[in-house]
Amino acid sequence: MITTIRLQSEDFDAAAEAAKLSHGRTDIGAVVTFTGICRDHEGGHGVSAMTLEHYPGMAEDEIARHVEDAKRRWPLLGATVIHRYGRMQPGDNIVLVVTASAHRQAAFAAADFLMDYLKTRAPFWKLEERPDGTGWVEAKETDDSAAARWQAKPGAAAE
Amino acid sequence: MKLLYFAWVRERVGKAEEEIAPPADVATVADLMTWLAGRGEEYAHAFEKRKVIRAAIDRVHVKPDTAISGAREIAFFPPMTGG
Repeated sequence: MITTIRLQSEDFDAAAEAAKLSHGRTDIGAVVTFTGICRDHEGGHGVSAMTLEHYPGMAEDEIARHVEDAKRRWPLLGATVIHRYGRMQPGDNIVLVVTASAHRQAAFAAADFLMDYLKTRAPFWKLEERPDGTGWVEAKETDDSAAARWQAKPGAAAE
Repeated sequence: MKLLYFAWVRERVGKAEEEIAPPADVATVADLMTWLAGRGEEYAHAFEKRKVIRAAIDRVHVKPDTAISGAREIAFFPPMTGG
């Protein structure tokens, strides 16, 4: 399986990354692409920009551990995770997850799983620029419960 | 051992990293947070909500009762908000 994990400050091309994963292969029947984008609002206040801080030594390792976990749960044929850091403005790409498999269910589930874990376990923190100053984004319980559903019934979510 | 701080923990402590040598009775991650909180006003402020703060030893998430002996790098940070 082809695995690509990158942390970078520069932008990425989601379509090009997805095409790369299936290029020259005839066993892949499904490619799912998820792109997380910087929004101009959050919880009732405006967001003019945000800065993503990360733990350089750990972020890559942690993402790799979750990609390995996803490989054990679903028959993946490829996975790409790109997470940006630095300052981003509304409309800018933040994160990309691409998963490839023979069938769509595994590709959808693995992409969903990887995003849930990126939000709650990968060492990244968002500092928002708001009308009244800057503020750190607080972790959401909805993100924790989204990640917890994969622990409740291991593998069950694959179906 | 080397300590790393991220996000608002880093802002409150006032530095991103430092070398420390805690006393021998500081055995766990929770002990270390208690010891750090006693090092001054900025540390007390950073570690006042200890239950919220997460830790990693040598770049792997750990729980507060994890032993710190043998650790080369310990990081403290708020709950993660990536993705």
